[in-house]
Amino acid sequence: MADKIQVKNLTKIFGHPSHKLEDLINQGASKNDILKQTGATIGVRKASFNVKNNEIFVIMGLSGSGKSTLIRMLNHLIAPTSGQVYLDGKNITSLSKKELRELRRQKMSMVFQNFALFPNRTILENTAYGLEIQGVAKNKRYQKAKKALQLVGLNNYGNEFPNQLSGGMQQRVGLARALTNDPEILLMDEAFSALDPLNRKEMQDELLDLQESLQKTIVFISHDLNEALRIGDRIMIMKDGEVVQTGTPEEILRNPKNDYVRSFIQGVDRTKVLHAKDVMVKPAIINIEKDGPRIALRRMRDNEISSVYVIDSEHRFKGLVRANDADRLIQNNDNDISKIIEKNVPIVKPNMAIKEIIAKIPKFPVPVAVVDKDQKLIGIIINSSVLEALSGNEGEK
Amino acid sequence: MNILSLQPIPVAKWINAFVNWLTQFTGFFNAITNFLGGIINGFQWIFDALPIWLFIILILLITYLALRKNKHWGLMTFELIGLLFIWNQGYWRDMTQTLTLVLTSSLIIVIIGVPLGIWMAKSKVVTVILKPLLDFMQTMPAFVYLIPAVALFGIGMVPGVIASIIFALPPVVRMTNLGIKQVPSDLVEAADAFGSTAWQKLIKVELPLAKSTLMSGINQGMMLTLSMVVIASMIGAMGLGSEVYFAVGRNDAGSGFAAGLAIVILAIILDRITQSLNQNRQ
Ligand SMILES: Nc1ncnc2c1ncn2[C@@H]1O[C@H](COP(=O)(O)OP(=O)(O)OP(=O)(O)O)[C@@H](O)[C@H]1O
Ligand SMILES: [Mg+2]
Repeated sequence: MADKIQVKNLTKIFGHPSHKLEDLINQGASKNDILKQTGATIGVRKASFNVKNNEIFVIMGLSGSGKSTLIRMLNHLIAPTSGQVYLDGKNITSLSKKELRELRRQKMSMVFQNFALFPNRTILENTAYGLEIQGVAKNKRYQKAKKALQLVGLNNYGNEFPNQLSGGMQQRVGLARALTNDPEILLMDEAFSALDPLNRKEMQDELLDLQESLQKTIVFISHDLNEALRIGDRIMIMKDGEVVQTGTPEEILRNPKNDYVRSFIQGVDRTKVLHAKDVMVKPAIINIEKDGPRIALRRMRDNEISSVYVIDSEHRFKGLVRANDADRLIQNNDNDISKIIEKNVPIVKPNMAIKEIIAKIPKFPVPVAVVDKDQKLIGIIINSSVLEALSGNEGEK
Repeated sequence: MNILSLQPIPVAKWINAFVNWLTQFTGFFNAITNFLGGIINGFQWIFDALPIWLFIILILLITYLALRKNKHWGLMTFELIGLLFIWNQGYWRDMTQTLTLVLTSSLIIVIIGVPLGIWMAKSKVVTVILKPLLDFMQTMPAFVYLIPAVALFGIGMVPGVIASIIFALPPVVRMTNLGIKQVPSDLVEAADAFGSTAWQKLIKVELPLAKSTLMSGINQGMMLTLSMVVIASMIGAMGLGSEVYFAVGRNDAGSGFAAGLAIVILAIILDRITQSLNQNRQ
């Protein structure tokens, strides 16, 4: 996967520049010392990271750690003091006002913590705002806005005003407004923090569902680790304006870099935060359209297992073939493998939590197939990989 | 040391010199006089052309439309009786003259005050400059403006309008500024994040959200211009104000009160109509 956004040494200092300030920063003085000695606040300090195409990149950190400042430097709502932001390899730190507007109109949309819906506009007018300022004709922009509202399940609310909707619904509108522009990147600053836990979980699910079909690059700020682990493909943890650790949820759970990160992940219920995709392994597979029982047996022998998974040429999941059945087929001189496919195999989605998997499948652990929305087999879950993941870093090193 | 033993600082002299210096720009002040005179004559022409009964019906109609949401038959009854009273007292033309003065001044303070208020909200420098100036304009006794107004614009309606504008401008500027600054920062941020130009942000987000504060500024300004009518009559602005002023001269408490009552009626009508314009959209 290519990098969508690259951030290099991005720094934001609130306050007047001075030699003393520069010296202190070069000496690596702490945020607190700098504030005391110069009155300047470090917002973000030399942050470097990459966001991959189509991933959900979650930024975490305590209050004041610079998350909002950082995300606002990505679309230049806040001008960086130094450092660069590259979008698709192009430096966007020094764009003209006009180019910047184009960037915000075409490439990035933002979703805000307190929804930031315009109270004087209807839901439909709110949703169409981004297109309205681009001069898109009324018919067309309303048509697109309605589509976006449909995506978030609010197509019947176009004529209401924001204050007539619940918080969860308002934030769906916030999301729809951001989606109407069909941007490549979504910037979401604590987008779900103002919602109650139930609503929040629902929105997380919805975001994941949308992401499966829309495939955006999403930068998501959260101060809720469970949320971060649930939706993040990768997580970056910040402290006092600096990047402390970046990695997949699993990497962070298994190898917290220091006590700050450790204190974050303390007490996390791993069965809740680890998902099928985190613990799945690559299965041995055969193609139903090409392979016969002999290939199936050889795959099993090679991998020292007693069954293989069957797919078609489109990689769609078909079922399971066991060694003794394949043997029988060969003895009967039959090559038609479809006769012995066992269809009754438990299936889960990639972002289902381990806890749900355990609850859902009574005889777990049997091998479970992980299948995406297009019915493609992307992995299987076996006993040992789950146990290893749940035991955290003890199994490692 | 006695401060009186020092030479007094010649403030009065300086200001006189300044006003004198200004009088050399006759062309400029004549242009303003002609411009305002044009607006005043325009209003007055319309008011004179309208039959009184039609005028009253128009006012009632405007009220009816402005109050669409919460029908206020009480106010309309009051207007009807009040206007008939003014007619009955023989103050109709005076009332329209006063209305002309108020509408002209209000028009100008909106045209000048709203952009100034917006500019003030957007620029710290402008804020620093305007703030003391606005305080000064509003707290200086209004009488004081009459003197230079006469020197620069002569006698009549125009200097009255000028003095009213100076006195009534500050609340419009202030409330516009306040209204724009009160727009929640995340809404402004949202407008920016979607790529609005400064103008789009102003028209589509800031002004609509500042509207009710801004309208109450305009309402205040209008009431202040109305409070200036008696003072303005001292330099020749005709209308209800001059009726009061003459009554004072004649020591005629009765006529003074009657004319004063007419001003009150006009004030209430203008106040309620402008206020209700404010409450329309939910
Ligand atoms: N406009 C500003 N002027 C001065 N200091 C600021 C400004 N904006 C942010 N800061 C400071 O920069 C630091 C980072 O703030 P930021 O809002 O980015 O933190 P955050 O991680 O988003 O916190 P939270 O979780 O509370 O939203 C804080 O110390 C904050 O006080
Ligand atoms: Mg924040």
